[in-house]
Amino acid sequence: MLRRTVDRVAADARAASFRTRSIKKEAKLQGLRMVVSMTDLTTLEGKDSPGKVRGLCRKAVQPGAALQGVPSVAAVCVYPSYVALAKECVAGSGVQVASVATAFPSGQAPLDLRLEEVRRVVEAGADEVDMVISRGALLAGQIQQVSDEIRAIKQACGPAHLKVILETGELETYDLVRTASDLAIEAGADFIKTSTGKVAPAATMGVTLVMLEAIRDHYRSSGVRIGMKPAGGIRTAKEALHYLVMVKETLGDAWLDPSLFRFGASSLLNDVLLQLNKQETGVYAANYDVSSE
Amino acid sequence: MTERLPILKTYKLYLGGAFPRTESGRTTVVEDAQGQARAHLCRASRKDFRNAVVAARKAQPAWAGRSAYNRGQILYRMAEMLEGKASEFVDALAASVPGGSTRARREVDASVDRLVAFAGWSDKYQQILGCQNPVEGPFHNFSIPEATGVLAVVAPQEEPLLGLISLLAPALCSGNTVVALGSESHPLATAIFGEVCATSDVPAGVVNLLTGQRAELLEQFASHRDVDGISAAGCSPDEKRVLELGAAGNLKRVQVLALNQEQDWYNAQQRESPDTIEAFVEIKTIWHPSAS
Amino acid sequence: MSNTTSTWDYAPAPESAPCAIADEYGLFINGEFRPAADGRTLESIEPGTGEVLTRFALASPADIDAAVEAARAAQPAWAALPARERGKYLFRIARRLQERAREFAILETRDGGKPIKEARDVDIPEAAKHFFYYAGWADKLDYAFPGRSAAPVGVCGQIIPWNFPLLMAAWKLAPALACGNTVVLKPAETTPLTALRLAEVLQEVGLPPGVVNIVTGAGETGAALAAHPQVHKLAFTGSTEVGKKLAAMAAGTGKRLTLELGGKSPHIICEDASLDQAVEGIVQGIYFNQGHVCCAGSRLLVQESVQDEVLQKLAARMQQLRVGDPLDKNTDVGAINSAEQLATIQRYLKIGVEEGAELHVSGADLALPTGGYYQKPAYFSGVQPAHRVAREEIFGPVLAVMSFRTPEEAVQRANDTPYGLAAGIWTDKGSKMFALASKLRAGVIWCNTYNRFDATSPFGGFQQSGFGREGGRHGLKAYLQLQAWETTSD
Repeated sequence: MLRRTVDRVAADARAASFRTRSIKKEAKLQGLRMVVSMTDLTTLEGKDSPGKVRGLCRKAVQPGAALQGVPSVAAVCVYPSYVALAKECVAGSGVQVASVATAFPSGQAPLDLRLEEVRRVVEAGADEVDMVISRGALLAGQIQQVSDEIRAIKQACGPAHLKVILETGELETYDLVRTASDLAIEAGADFIKTSTGKVAPAATMGVTLVMLEAIRDHYRSSGVRIGMKPAGGIRTAKEALHYLVMVKETLGDAWLDPSLFRFGASSLLNDVLLQLNKQETGVYAANYDVSSE
Repeated sequence: MTERLPILKTYKLYLGGAFPRTESGRTTVVEDAQGQARAHLCRASRKDFRNAVVAARKAQPAWAGRSAYNRGQILYRMAEMLEGKASEFVDALAASVPGGSTRARREVDASVDRLVAFAGWSDKYQQILGCQNPVEGPFHNFSIPEATGVLAVVAPQEEPLLGLISLLAPALCSGNTVVALGSESHPLATAIFGEVCATSDVPAGVVNLLTGQRAELLEQFASHRDVDGISAAGCSPDEKRVLELGAAGNLKRVQVLALNQEQDWYNAQQRESPDTIEAFVEIKTIWHPSAS
Repeated sequence: MSNTTSTWDYAPAPESAPCAIADEYGLFINGEFRPAADGRTLESIEPGTGEVLTRFALASPADIDAAVEAARAAQPAWAALPARERGKYLFRIARRLQERAREFAILETRDGGKPIKEARDVDIPEAAKHFFYYAGWADKLDYAFPGRSAAPVGVCGQIIPWNFPLLMAAWKLAPALACGNTVVLKPAETTPLTALRLAEVLQEVGLPPGVVNIVTGAGETGAALAAHPQVHKLAFTGSTEVGKKLAAMAAGTGKRLTLELGGKSPHIICEDASLDQAVEGIVQGIYFNQGHVCCAGSRLLVQESVQDEVLQKLAARMQQLRVGDPLDKNTDVGAINSAEQLATIQRYLKIGVEEGAELHVSGADLALPTGGYYQKPAYFSGVQPAHRVAREEIFGPVLAVMSFRTPEEAVQRANDTPYGLAAGIWTDKGSKMFALASKLRAGVIWCNTYNRFDATSPFGGFQQSGFGREGGRHGLKAYLQLQAWETTSD
């Protein structure tokens, strides 16, 4: 594998430049709706309950009940225990069910247990599997091991889409983020994803740009489009629009589609709904204008 | 008893580390105060000057590329060799410049000391003229002085040795190479100084010394496009204008010192100030991002 | 999952804050605005629309005399002010520029054609920073050059170009004033407005009359200022051609001179560089401010082994550049400064093709505004070092691409120019970076970045890109007589 380097300062400067784009009026409305359609509405808490998952699914299917033209989100993302329930709740809506697996969030379990977990969530009906890589192995330079594990997990996924979480906050350098992106793509990832949401920093624009560049290079050399999912840390509609600008200007409009770009977020959706509310009514909304769960 | 016939030396040009005759074949006689012939000197032509510039250009990158410590040692070696030939210089100066051997001795001593001063400067001016700059953002930014390149030096007519060395030393210590025209009125010191250079580990082409006439050469010095700067002293307003006008053609850096008092050349505080070096260095500023 | 959309276009986002522009502007002499003595005026065209924006005075020789006389009369008192007080005026100017930044940005964009994004994020904040930086030097001059006492030079004539009108005014004025000099400033013919608005700021902050005088006009105006016998120091930023004329004019007059001139700066991309970032650097290097940048990275030297990949990435990146209305906040490449400059650029595009280079222009289907002066970003591949497009400054969004095989060849090609303003190096290897940086003959070397500026960072050229430095401690020197200088013929 060709090891590519990333100049962090220049990458961050480029990422910051997307924030200067001014997205107004129709472009904003269209963008906000896209954000909704690309959201993996997520709950990954120890205290999750069937009730919470049902509420989440309800919101995923119909996020803006009172608003016009607001699509469903792309997927709900839950722990393995709730896959079956979620599947039942979103049935017929087109909303996908994603589950984290592979001893999320640390990945610190024997490979056979991780593979078994993947097989179980797929059996339970998961459309998408969000796996974590072995960061310890990667940081120790055991690139082949990381790659082999991803290949095995991809195989265990069967028909389910595989999202590979790099946990960029633990990789630290952009060089390693790039290396991890390239190896995940080569090993069969359908999506590459920044973070578990359990480690700070989670998604940043700089890290996401580095991963988008890996996707771009792969597309140029192979013609195959890999998806991208920044997760964690994206909380406002404005930020989400900046991400869309970055995707558009790095990969092109083809990637502005839920099949190729997702936001992993829990609180983002509400801010987007508030903004959509404002766009529709012309009045600034209050938090109580949309349900908090 | 028959008086011994002295050997009249013919001084040649010092050019590219060798001592060629002027290609023009022209020589002049140097007489002492009593009107007795002392020596013969070359009268350099424009072609000699052009050849000297070629030698200086060729030598410049390697000279600038030597360690500052090494350049300092070579300048110090020049001081040593000059000290060793002091009485020859005293004789030559005393025979030509009014003031006799006492004045000449003072000039030679000051010249040695000037070389010593710049031998010391060679690895220090960078820290005076350069700096690190506190720019905004994740960047490491610093400015360093680099040699201007090839300089044409026009030495003053008076203080022929001290004036020449005061213009040469700052230019050399910072990595410039030079083509110098010595004093036309008192040229012998320039010619002998070539012998100092030749025995001081000065690489060929770093110092090139011409004896000749300003009226013939100044315009060439000013207009030659492969010369990067002009360091001159003791010029008339007309000569200064000629130099500056010719320099405009390729934007040479020009410094024409108006040191009209003998005493000016002995003012170490000014003539050994880092300003003298700064006139013929270029400040290069380098930016580099800082991140892991 | 279906496509929610096929394309997502940004809606127009025009900067809409108010910025009044008068019908006519006068000269600023001795603290007051006044028409030219003979009443003549020139038009200022808005490059974004091609229409007349306003009119301004064309200074006559009598006006130049009056301005220089005002500066001469004001100089002793200005120099005699306690240095701290002098500095405080500059601090005030910096503050007012920050406070009025939006208005200045709009004016700069309308008058000169640069994208509002750049005027807002670069020109105006950097101009304010320059005043702030040199304000602090005013009372510290004796520490700047140890062992040497510092005195002002006198009256400075300053002639500035049209590419960064306010920023260049700040680069010139701030150090001159901090050192106790007074100034006659001559803005460029196509971009006088922000300098004149700066004059309003000078009035606001109570700067004593005559300390700064601003004379507008054309080339002859600058020549008259340069030739004026009472001008002790001349500072010019502009073309090398004009710089040489000024150097010849100043010959033998005893005027001090600093010149910041043209360039054809090499931008070297090594095979081990971070290529995506290097491509950003290339874009920033040549398309920033429509390529109207003296230090633009206009000669790309890319290592042969990565040339195809770099050019492929560059072409794709160029498609993302939004060319158009300078006032739109999303515009990346605005209007060419004047019809004349557009003609120059187009002439070079023709020359390059005739010489046998291959022209690539981005955004073939991109609609440009009707009216105004626009040039889509372009690059030439297959350029030979001897081609005119590889040697001459185009001053537009046109890049000449060449290749190299070894670092030595890169240095040799990079230095194969009479200029020496700037250079860029992209490599991931520190030792190679330092080796290249030390061999390149240029006053500013950007490693793994390009077109960065800072008030604290000395800027200026080697060789025929001029002499003298602006910015940082080094920027003071041109405006001071140090003790060692007193004995020179100046």
